[in-house]
Amino acid sequence: MNEFWEAKVTLQWAELGSSYDVVIIGGGGHGLATAYNLAVKHGITNVAVIEKDYIGGGNSGRNTTVIRSNYGKPEPVRFYQRSLDLYRQLEDETDRWIMHDERGLLWLAHTEAGRRQERSRSSMNLAFGAETHFVEPEEIAKLAPGINLDAGGEFPITGGSLHVGGATARHDRVNWAFAEGAMRAGVTIVQGVKVEGLILDGDRVVGVKTNTGDVAAGTVVSAVGGHATTIATMANVRLPIRTHPLQAFVTNHYEQTWDAIVASNDLGFYISQTARGEMLGGSHIDPQPSYSRRSDHHFINEISRRIVALFPFMGNLRVLRQWTGICDMSPDYTPIMGFTSAPGFLITTGWGTWGFKAIPAGGEAMAQLIASGETPELIAPFSIDRFANDRTLADRGSSGTH
Amino acid sequence: MALRIPCPHCGTRAIDEWVYGEIPIVPDAITDADARDVDRAYFHNNAEGVVREAWFHLYGCRRWVTVERDSRTDTFL
Repeated sequence: MNEFWEAKVTLQWAELGSSYDVVIIGGGGHGLATAYNLAVKHGITNVAVIEKDYIGGGNSGRNTTVIRSNYGKPEPVRFYQRSLDLYRQLEDETDRWIMHDERGLLWLAHTEAGRRQERSRSSMNLAFGAETHFVEPEEIAKLAPGINLDAGGEFPITGGSLHVGGATARHDRVNWAFAEGAMRAGVTIVQGVKVEGLILDGDRVVGVKTNTGDVAAGTVVSAVGGHATTIATMANVRLPIRTHPLQAFVTNHYEQTWDAIVASNDLGFYISQTARGEMLGGSHIDPQPSYSRRSDHHFINEISRRIVALFPFMGNLRVLRQWTGICDMSPDYTPIMGFTSAPGFLITTGWGTWGFKAIPAGGEAMAQLIASGETPELIAPFSIDRFANDRTLADRGSSGTH
Repeated sequence: MALRIPCPHCGTRAIDEWVYGEIPIVPDAITDADARDVDRAYFHNNAEGVVREAWFHLYGCRRWVTVERDSRTDTFL
């Protein structure tokens, strides 16, 4: 599509009614994409999305916009690859420019063990449809100009993997594209309405209580980011989730174009350049479970030291702003989607630090599940039952930071 | 936010010295023994409000400390 001309995004707001087939709690990417798919792909338009703040104002507006599928287990690789493919066609599908930029993602190894791991991950990714190649340090120097290959002797680069499909997109535009498409198809989206409780009939969830009145619902979906446990508790559903803050920052403008997204697990950070030319950095979650979105100097201090060891040019940049989101961390670093022990109550959670890349496929799968009443094969491994059935998908190594 | 945790033995210290320890509370409503094990292993109360938790002062006095913290504001009580 033409990136220099674009019609204004028109969001048609409506009043919240008293009864819907589907009520989605949370107007972030996953909630909006689910509503969009329900209305546009399945013709289910009697749908309401209830957002307590403003759409895309939670983690959908606080993430670092990395899209990738180079995960460490077959099931997530398939799922995220589907999402990566959907992102590629999202601009044509919604007729909205989401600033999708496929630039490749470089994942660094600093030890012999890390080198072997990147080699095996590349083969595994290729086998399950994600394009990832092992790269030697010489090639890394070309892909990431300015990199200090021996990192001061402390963290020498021994190799890495190049995930060709790695991309970024503008998060607000993704949210607006899904919201606009859903609204056009007849979905009601409300902002500033807070869900204060669920209406139960025995175990079954039959509606939501909000600060503006009760709403009856055939199905209630929790697409909440951060406060997932609080909502699930209202349905008497236990979640294997702990909520941790995650911080990120951007610097002032860097004068050179910097294409690749670069991640290092051993050093615990990743960086990329935004469309404005700022260098963006992120790291691990904070150690304590918390709902606080306060940012701090400690994080900047810690991460700068590690980033500058690898990228000395970053030492000349200044931190322009930093922010914090609160992430729903699942024990195996893999999402939790689908039915729960409460009939009529569905969840899409456990999006931890990796939710943005999953928005199109997550919305598609949740809508299929609601429309058909059956769990699509793609997300069946992500069922909450996996913990009791000893089918966890431990994948911290490839989802720990972004 | 980077916590500063009050240690009754060493004074208030930065979070880098500490290891987090959740105090798991399995709800009484879960009665099956296997289900209680699963809950204890994987599930969390993850309360939004005052939480009681344990911290191990690894790079300090090497003792477990039990504290109460408001998980909405990260302030210790």
